[in-house]
Amino acid sequence: MPVSHSLDGNNTWRKLTPRRELIQWIGWLMLVAFFVFCWQIMTKDTIWAFIYDAPRQGGDILSRAFPPRLFYLSELIAPLWDTLNMATLGTLAGTLLAVPIAFLAARNTTPSLLVLRPIALFLIVASRSINSLIWALLLVSILGPGLLAGIIAIALRSIGFVGKLLYETIEEIDQTQVEAVSSTGASRMQVIDYAIVPQVLPSFLGITVFRWDINIRESAILGLVGAGGLGLKLQSSLNMLAWPQVTTIFIMILATVVLSEWISAAVRKVIV
Amino acid sequence: MAEVVSTRYPARWRRPPMFLKSKAMRWLVYGGLLIYVVAAVATIDVNWARAYEGLERGWRFLQGFLVPDFSTRWRDIAQGLEESLTMTVTSTIAGILVSIPIGMGGARNLAPAPVYYACRSIIATSRAFQEIIIAILLVAMFGFGPFAGFLTLTFATIGFIAKLLADAIEEIDEWQVEAIRATGASWLQLVNYAVQPQVMPRLIGLSLYRFDINFRESAVIGIVGAGGIGATLNTSIDRYEYDSAGAVLILIIVIVMLAEFGSSLIRKRVQ
Repeated sequence: MPVSHSLDGNNTWRKLTPRRELIQWIGWLMLVAFFVFCWQIMTKDTIWAFIYDAPRQGGDILSRAFPPRLFYLSELIAPLWDTLNMATLGTLAGTLLAVPIAFLAARNTTPSLLVLRPIALFLIVASRSINSLIWALLLVSILGPGLLAGIIAIALRSIGFVGKLLYETIEEIDQTQVEAVSSTGASRMQVIDYAIVPQVLPSFLGITVFRWDINIRESAILGLVGAGGLGLKLQSSLNMLAWPQVTTIFIMILATVVLSEWISAAVRKVIV
Repeated sequence: MAEVVSTRYPARWRRPPMFLKSKAMRWLVYGGLLIYVVAAVATIDVNWARAYEGLERGWRFLQGFLVPDFSTRWRDIAQGLEESLTMTVTSTIAGILVSIPIGMGGARNLAPAPVYYACRSIIATSRAFQEIIIAILLVAMFGFGPFAGFLTLTFATIGFIAKLLADAIEEIDEWQVEAIRATGASWLQLVNYAVQPQVMPRLIGLSLYRFDINFRESAVIGIVGAGGIGATLNTSIDRYEYDSAGAVLILIIVIVMLAEFGSSLIRKRVQ
């Protein structure tokens, strides 16, 4: 036990030995030094006059943004429908693609550990590392602006999320049920159908609904790069510096997000 | 004469449905979904001619991704990466520093009611808006560049870390708190000796996870002008330089993979 001895002979308990204390101090010092180093690099091109001016700018924007232009809400109904569709259809497409990839990636269902599993895992990582906004940026440049680019972007990003969580669930199933079904002489597909699918179905639906909820958030802003929906209106309002409209759109997005989060939580409660 | 009563059992077994036990409900839900999908697909107008033209560009992008060009735009890519990485480090550290007091204030077993509600509402605001929306506002206030990105990521980190830290503190083992309190410890000593050791592993794990997320987000907020690799990516896509864009995407994927691998190693050691 670390104890420090003082001159008058009293021993007091300490949390750490002097050696560990020293190591900890050096660790903290290095962290601070690293932070300062990164800060220096990050701010080398920063124009500090703009930063000092920011509170005034913020106040200015705030005074322009209120009150929100509520009449604008009527123009937002169609984009809202587009946003919801983008999220839902994107989730559906992404999930459909994610299911086979997840079965290929799971250690206990993959047909080949050496070839197909790494490929499936790479697809999952690649899809997860790239945000749907970047996918949308790319697809708008390839396919032209519109909902289709947004739907594909959402789908591509959902593959990684659903795929990762689903293959982890498949790897964690109860193996005895698989043995029971395969001992009846069932084929590979029948084993998956009767022993694995019933075990993972509830969490699969939970994951899908969870991703749908995230996709609603993301599809609300995909329009910023031209993929349609509420983000498109946001972009045009920002370009016109129409701050009251921007506030209205923010309120709309916030309401949609809160509602979809509530729906997804309620559905997950029923399923799981 | 006694008649033989036979009960008819179904000869074939059918799997019972897992959800929606009643048949009418099943039809309602599946039918409703089908109608929705048809209605949704009908309202999408796709410019097929434009999409068809895009196939050639899509092919070029695929080629660019497989044979990326790191050298032509290397100066831009290096600067973007430098900004993204430094932004990620500073914003993660700053965000955690701010999150710790807010997380402690947001734990019902540590903080009095007014502080609790104040901290929880800070957390809720930070979580309600996506990074990109915060970035738009902060770029409008602070001007273009990584400083706005730093502030955005810091703000987003607060919502994430503070929420999960507060939840972790609320779930701690109360016996240890009771034991330390019985020694006559002050509030600070209580936090230092009873709470901190219990939540520290979780806090370290969350911080590493957030580091990961912050790097990924730093690639996105550049699109609205908040600096970082996203800005480089945006420019190269705008110029239709798909081989440079492919290089940037590969760098992002590799760094995210490395960060994920490293943080899982550290988390295993800590927990």
